[in-house]
Amino acid sequence: MKSTENKIIHPLENAGVPEDQRHLYCDASPRPYPALNKYVERFLNWARANSLWILGYGTGCGAIELRPLLTSRFDISQYGMNPRPTPRQSSVFIIGGYLSVKTLKRVIRSYEQMQNPKFVVGLGSCTVNGGMYWDSYNTVNRLDYYLPVDVYVAGCMPRPEAIIAGFEKLKSTIMAGQAEGANEYAERFDWYKSNQKKIIKDWDMPDYNW
Amino acid sequence: MNSLIKRLKMQFDVEEQTQRSNLSFINATALQLPALLTHLRDYEKYTQLIFLTAVDRIEDNQFQLTYMLADESSQNNIGVRVRIDRENAVMTSIAHLWHHARTYQQELREMFGIDFPGSPGVNDNFILEGWEEIPPMRRDFDTREYSEKTYFPRPGRSTTHPRTAMKAVDPDYPELPLMKGRVK
Ligand code: SF4
Repeated sequence: MKSTENKIIHPLENAGVPEDQRHLYCDASPRPYPALNKYVERFLNWARANSLWILGYGTGCGAIELRPLLTSRFDISQYGMNPRPTPRQSSVFIIGGYLSVKTLKRVIRSYEQMQNPKFVVGLGSCTVNGGMYWDSYNTVNRLDYYLPVDVYVAGCMPRPEAIIAGFEKLKSTIMAGQAEGANEYAERFDWYKSNQKKIIKDWDMPDYNW
Repeated sequence: MNSLIKRLKMQFDVEEQTQRSNLSFINATALQLPALLTHLRDYEKYTQLIFLTAVDRIEDNQFQLTYMLADESSQNNIGVRVRIDRENAVMTSIAHLWHHARTYQQELREMFGIDFPGSPGVNDNFILEGWEEIPPMRRDFDTREYSEKTYFPRPGRSTTHPRTAMKAVDPDYPELPLMKGRVK
């Protein structure tokens, strides 16, 4: 595909949805939110880091380790984390393993529906570099070309202890005010979009799924 | 099983290969196939279609389709193999015999490019959405090359394939013909 075809036009033209429905969708691209007053921001970051609500995306095999993590054996709620059923209520997006082109499309839709600030955790080698499916015709190799990833947990598959360590890392990044994934997504929106559109050939959804 | 094969040979022009006492394969021609499957289903109690799959016999310029049927009562399985032309890959649909065959046929259409005219929804997307290359399960499709040019590979990948790992400790370790040209 020629690079010119992936050019992102502002306001978003939403060419993927039928013409008579375009007025139903938002045509504004996301914008970054600057940090507030230092002390307020510090308080907010403390609060964010201690109530992480999870949206789990578990179609990859690595997501099997999320079940013991969420249930009594490792009991993630003792760390102030909680699984939520919808993207709108969640702040951490856990990508549990490999993504194909088809699942990446759903992941993008879900990510864009989450409210700021939002964080992405990639589980397993598959999200890092494609893992054992690196040369597949259908498997996305590196997640950070399509979504801003805050923490990667390597391993195939990572044990619950490793995932907990990953969340501790995420918490300290948030506390330090460095988990700026949502702002980065807004700032480099064109770059992320053109990467996404390069591999998702039948783009039949709005350009920004808010 | 043997008596079944005997009975089949009286009616159809088939060759058989018995693998186990409860598993046989028969090679049939594409023209005979609907009649043969109907016969097996309606007269020989092979009422279940377990799977329908394809093999790309690129050396012979053919696709081989395997229809695996099961007889629940006797626990016998029979596989019916059919070769079809690879260039003009069209096969008769069997969706009227087993409704779920449409899913297999839809998948084969997408993954191998084998057409089953008349099969419901055969041209709909199955797993791939917006695929623009030749069907990915055809053996002349280079999946690694496609992946490298499409999916932004992360540099610095190393392998622990036994061949390369053993070469490092023992320079005399023989080259394996296995997976030639696939491993760096
Ligand atoms: S990294 Fe391993 S366990 Fe995780 S999704 Fe990939 S193959 Fe499965």
